[in-house]
Amino acid sequence: MLLIHCPYCGEDRSELEFRGAGDAHIARPTNMADISDAEFEAFFFLRQNPKGIIYERWRHIHGCGRFFNAVRDTVSDRFIKTYKAGEPKPDINAAPATDAKVETYEALEGDAR
Amino acid sequence: MQKYSIFAVVREAMRGNKGWKAQWTSPEPRKEYDVIIIGGGGHGLGAAYYLAKEHGITNVAVLEKGWIGGGNTGRNTTIIRSNYLYEESMDIYEHALKLWEGLSQDLNYNVMYSPRGVMMLSHSVHDQQSFKRHVNANRLYGIDNEWMTPEQAKAYCPPLDISKSARYPINGAALQRRGGTARHDAVAWGYARGASDRGVHIIQNCEVTGIRRGPDGAVLGVETNRGFIGAKKIGVSAAGHTSVVMNMADVRVPLQSSPLQALVSEPLKPIFPCVVMSNTVHAYISQSDKGELVIGAGTDQYNSYSQTGGIQIITHTLDAICELFPMFRRVKMMRQWGGIVDNTPDRSAIQGVTPVKNLFVNCGWGTGGFKATPGSAHLFAHLIARGEPHRLAAGLTLDRFRTGRLIDEAAAAAVAH
Amino acid sequence: MSGANRITGKGRLTPARTVRFTFDGKSYTALQGDTVASALLAHGVHLLGRSFKYHRPRGILSAGPEEPNALLDISRDSARRQPNVRASVQEVFDGMKAESQNRWPSLSFDIGGINNLMSPFFGAGFYYKTFMWPKKAWHSIYEPFIRRAAGLGVAPTEADPDHYAGRYAHCDVLVVGAGVSGLSAALAAAETGAEVMLVDEQPEAGGALHFDAGVTIDGQPGYDWAQATVARLQAMDNVKVLTRTTAFGYYNHNFVALVERVTDHLASPDRHTARERMWQVRAKRVIVAAGAIERHMVFANNDRPGIMLASAARTFINHFGVAVGSKIGVYTAHDSAYEAAFDLRRAGVSIAAIVDTRDNPGTGVLAEARSLGIDVLTGHSVTDTSGKLRVSAMHVTRNGGGAVRKIPVDALIVSSGWTPSVHLFSQSRGKLRFDAATQRFLPDTYAQNMVCVGACNGTDDLQAAIDEAVSAGVSMAREAGIDGSASTTPRGEARFAWTGGMLGAGEGAGADTTVKAFIDFQHDVCAKDIRLAVREGMHSIEHIKRFTTNGMASDQGKLSNMHGLAIAAEALDRPIPQVGLTTFRQPYTPVTFGALISHSRGDLFDPARKTPMHAWEEAHGAEFEDVGNWKRAWYYPRAGETMHEAVNRECRTVRTVAGVFDASTLGKIEVVGPDAAAFLNLMYTNAWDTLKPGRCRYGIMTREDGFVYDDGVVGRLAEDRFHVTTTTGGAPRVLQHMEDYLQTEFPHLNVWLTSTTEQWAVIAVQGPKAREILAPLVEGIDMSPESMPHMSVAEGKICGVPTRLFRMSFTGDMGFEVNVPADYGQAIWEAIWARAEPMGACVYGTETMHVLRAEKGYIIVGQDTDGTVTPEDAGVGWAVSKKKTDFVGIRGLKRPDLVKEGRKQLVGITTKDPHVVLEEGAQVVADPNQPKPMTMLGHVTSSYWSENCGRSIAFALIAGGRAKMGQTLYVPMPDRTIPVEVTDLVFFDKEGGRING
Repeated sequence: MLLIHCPYCGEDRSELEFRGAGDAHIARPTNMADISDAEFEAFFFLRQNPKGIIYERWRHIHGCGRFFNAVRDTVSDRFIKTYKAGEPKPDINAAPATDAKVETYEALEGDAR
Repeated sequence: MQKYSIFAVVREAMRGNKGWKAQWTSPEPRKEYDVIIIGGGGHGLGAAYYLAKEHGITNVAVLEKGWIGGGNTGRNTTIIRSNYLYEESMDIYEHALKLWEGLSQDLNYNVMYSPRGVMMLSHSVHDQQSFKRHVNANRLYGIDNEWMTPEQAKAYCPPLDISKSARYPINGAALQRRGGTARHDAVAWGYARGASDRGVHIIQNCEVTGIRRGPDGAVLGVETNRGFIGAKKIGVSAAGHTSVVMNMADVRVPLQSSPLQALVSEPLKPIFPCVVMSNTVHAYISQSDKGELVIGAGTDQYNSYSQTGGIQIITHTLDAICELFPMFRRVKMMRQWGGIVDNTPDRSAIQGVTPVKNLFVNCGWGTGGFKATPGSAHLFAHLIARGEPHRLAAGLTLDRFRTGRLIDEAAAAAVAH
Repeated sequence: MSGANRITGKGRLTPARTVRFTFDGKSYTALQGDTVASALLAHGVHLLGRSFKYHRPRGILSAGPEEPNALLDISRDSARRQPNVRASVQEVFDGMKAESQNRWPSLSFDIGGINNLMSPFFGAGFYYKTFMWPKKAWHSIYEPFIRRAAGLGVAPTEADPDHYAGRYAHCDVLVVGAGVSGLSAALAAAETGAEVMLVDEQPEAGGALHFDAGVTIDGQPGYDWAQATVARLQAMDNVKVLTRTTAFGYYNHNFVALVERVTDHLASPDRHTARERMWQVRAKRVIVAAGAIERHMVFANNDRPGIMLASAARTFINHFGVAVGSKIGVYTAHDSAYEAAFDLRRAGVSIAAIVDTRDNPGTGVLAEARSLGIDVLTGHSVTDTSGKLRVSAMHVTRNGGGAVRKIPVDALIVSSGWTPSVHLFSQSRGKLRFDAATQRFLPDTYAQNMVCVGACNGTDDLQAAIDEAVSAGVSMAREAGIDGSASTTPRGEARFAWTGGMLGAGEGAGADTTVKAFIDFQHDVCAKDIRLAVREGMHSIEHIKRFTTNGMASDQGKLSNMHGLAIAAEALDRPIPQVGLTTFRQPYTPVTFGALISHSRGDLFDPARKTPMHAWEEAHGAEFEDVGNWKRAWYYPRAGETMHEAVNRECRTVRTVAGVFDASTLGKIEVVGPDAAAFLNLMYTNAWDTLKPGRCRYGIMTREDGFVYDDGVVGRLAEDRFHVTTTTGGAPRVLQHMEDYLQTEFPHLNVWLTSTTEQWAVIAVQGPKAREILAPLVEGIDMSPESMPHMSVAEGKICGVPTRLFRMSFTGDMGFEVNVPADYGQAIWEAIWARAEPMGACVYGTETMHVLRAEKGYIIVGQDTDGTVTPEDAGVGWAVSKKKTDFVGIRGLKRPDLVKEGRKQLVGITTKDPHVVLEEGAQVVADPNQPKPMTMLGHVTSSYWSENCGRSIAFALIAGGRAKMGQTLYVPMPDRTIPVEVTDLVFFDKEGGRING
């Protein structure tokens, strides 16, 4: 169970209070009615699905109710940062280095050759 | 290939089981292959097997970054069924089920396909409408699936609690008798053995780090931790890691990878005769040949490649299991684990050509990948060999997200896979 | 009395405190504090179980949770029966009933033992190679046979009457393990002032001090120091000590799950006390002091009852006062087994010989053995054993070959060294490194805020472990934000170090392919099986594990993993790290489902939502249906009425007089603010700025993809205030959906959203006499048709209570919906009923509501639509504004496949025989005689007998449906084919006059 820092409440709270809300920084086109099918596909369906750093949205649904953004590592599940909706995408290279890299399981399960 | 049979088992037993040969070999990679399949799970190994067996294409390598069968093939709850709603789904899952029925004999490898019956519990009027829609569609499509009263369901699965005092009393069930389970590792190993015997190279601990393309955009081969390997065609069958691989070819696919958890109990004497699924209370349960209760839990709510998730997902599932089967409260969880499922927006798979020439993709099986294995592999081999989809997989194309021709099993049926 | 093998003056139990229990029907006396294992050993009982595959006789291997063999069925009564309980962990209580498992007809004579003779045919993975002919025989013949033979215990068949509890906790420092290291760490952390939790799986603190009598700490015997220390900790306000508590799972972000066994050791537990309690602890820092687990030696027939770990024998003598034999052999590759032999010898037990596979054991132990008169055979191995149901001799040979000496023994204690318990560290996703010098995996890189200390961290020297633990206690507290110091560091002395020993097969296991030298006892995996797996091409340790099932038994490889790995590495001629390590997963030891679900059962499994009128409805005979979490009144049968009769009566009554219906479950959202209309314009397909205050409109909501997501009537109470209703099941997700857009896409809009579903009770009064029923109760609202036409809303009072009164209809007859504050719901309901009943009106449930709306062609989102239906498909395309330049779904709706010809459209269908009611979910075809797989046009979404129409009616989603009006289609059912005609959706009052009263 994750421990999530709500940037509005300023507190670390259990994942049970939150609901994941998909990728962050995907702006809805302001000219929605006029975009092409391909643009609509890219906006609504296509995602980077990164193995590593993901920018994602959470809602503190059983808390303040606010949506906010987070930077998380999808291999270690560690949060690097959470920040309020509307704030610019942070430069995570500027963020302090976290602990050592977490290995995937398959990296430790031996040589099958 | 060393033929497996009762006679071989007796013969080898007499000589101390010293004569058994490696089930598949681990050759050094060639400089180039006609086809490279990325991902050594059941789908990828099976596709290589069928490429060799049915299309005569044997200059094939399966590249696996870890050990074969180590992804979702070896981490699922082994449920097999074909009672889906839409024709696209029925086509491929029924094709798979028909192949399951003869797979042990075809591979000369006992994959332990066991048609124990898959029973889906109905708890409400809405469930009933939805399940009857399935039952009727399946029947007219030639797929077995039958509606049962609560009493009939109890007779088929005696541990079931059909009392009216349950939180969500059972008002019926849909049963697919041909549905059941199989031994997941055996599927990977059986395909690997069959493919290896036909000349396919199975290359483990070989991680693809890049996809090289020519000036015309067509694939040339893959960069790996063991160097560049050329390929005329590439099939990506990497399940939870598909996005990672496809991003190497600058192709974005509509996938999200998240943890899917499962657990087993300590081994028990036979108590549970079939597979039971309940979408309303979120429970999936069967008993393995070793006696463990095998219980599928849900997905965590975030993207992750960690193959692990929160305990609340496990406890939520067990809440439901113990609600349906109160006698299991004293049973013990022995092991829990997670896999990485690649879900599409419509919860149906993608199998088809990509914008990159000679790059083919098979992904998005979400929580339904194991049951599809032989069918998916068989049709993926066809796609790679012919360059166009087989009739039975024609609806699973990547472009449906642009046109809107989705195959929304989840939305239509409110039944998880 | 408590057993012939109980040695007077030995052990820490009190001889006077006896309890009685039975094992396989025979009664035994034990001492309070005994485990089942120690109690049975005291009586000379070694045979406790049968193995999984070969049904070999098995005894007690260990004195801890790693036990693979001695698994029993333990019960208090028929419903409180627990299979697969470790005899080495379960404490005896008075009246306990213990039964052996996996044997028939008896433990000493087990027919399944024939598998042992057949074992050459049952090599690892043999089942993949046979049982394939004939095709159907696997499921019908072979598999049932294998299943019956497999499995261990028998699952309970009665519902568990015990209850379980769950607690969440937070602390600064969680310490796992109360041995020397854990106690030292906990004490140091506690002295800094940090909030500390200390947990240990055993009934008392002490860990290895239970058996290791050679330790002194601060001048005291180690075990006594442990008890004194834990007493000190328990007296501190900032410390919580939990014994009989296993930290079984380390999850993300320092979330650790514990299970506390509360009553399983008690003879008559209070029935209000939970049997087990699951703790879910979020610790700022975690210190793992999990110790190490002794490994057995791998040699031929190393599994006979009477063969056990040296540390186990030492625990039995030093803690329980039980000698595990009278003439005991020792086979070891590690000094620690010597200590066990010394303790036994000093207790008066004869030691046959110490067989040490090493040429040069520690000089100290050799000297002591000499002084105690114990024969030591260095450079020798035990290559086999004799005995049927208990070991009777060990066969000893000089390493490299030579004559075999058969030395009679009645117990054989073994040790090949110690495996650090890195389970929790690995679960936390820390990375291990293989230490080649000591041949063990040790914690290397931490992934979470934790640290390992002591034996589990490879710290072998006692004082070094204490120093490390104290330092960890202080530093973890500091990292948790508590700056303090520890007052003292305990001073300890010990006799042996944990390091040394050997991995893999000993001399006796040979390279032979038939010798049964067991690695994994429970699953009967032998050294030869690992070699076979390697020959068959299984080279990754995961493949080897899965092919042989090594480490997959209920002990999850605590004893077997390192041996298996070493044998595989040898067979592959590769270093151990390259062969890999199987993944450690939760739980550390098996955990009951009951503890995991704790309170989530019965009424707390998924609490039912009930409306304010629920009690009244129940009292008036309503049958209920589940809709989402809600219980909704389904129909109100009168005495002797079937459901069909009741619904027909309700349907008739509503149309001829009136009916009262509980609509409280509909979702309600208050949308308020200067931009409320603009916001709704974006959220719904309809236009809202044209809706005047006091009027209502039916709204359709789509997602961006253009498919129908929800619907409902929206009333405008003021320029800046809307009362939005949603479907019953859709309320939470609709609010989430709205909040999402409001906060992230349209934050410039000044709007507030509030869920009011639970605030309003909603009473629908529908039918010709609706106004007459309500009007006298209502104050401040002119209910005349002129001032309150269809689709209007007004605020006033009813029976003196504030109300939002809607004129709206889901029946097609004149109707009102009375919204009142939920607390007044039942009172107002009763007041309305008091007027309605004398007029001949009825109360009606959801089934009648469904029929009546279907008669009028009103759709139900979720029943007549699914996630693939557009508003146009559903026949409500008129609700999609053509003028708006944006709304959620505007672009999705225009995608090629959503506007193409031939989409499924919602139409009415009538059976040619009006008495035939179609099955909801039935499929519709054009040609019923076509072969399967048939081409299906669509399916029946709603279908009812309509009493008011005098015939059956139905809706169906049919491909190109609206172009097929009047055509005959077919519904093929198993017993007959039903011809149907495509119609429009309205079956009753096609002119629509009734709605105006």
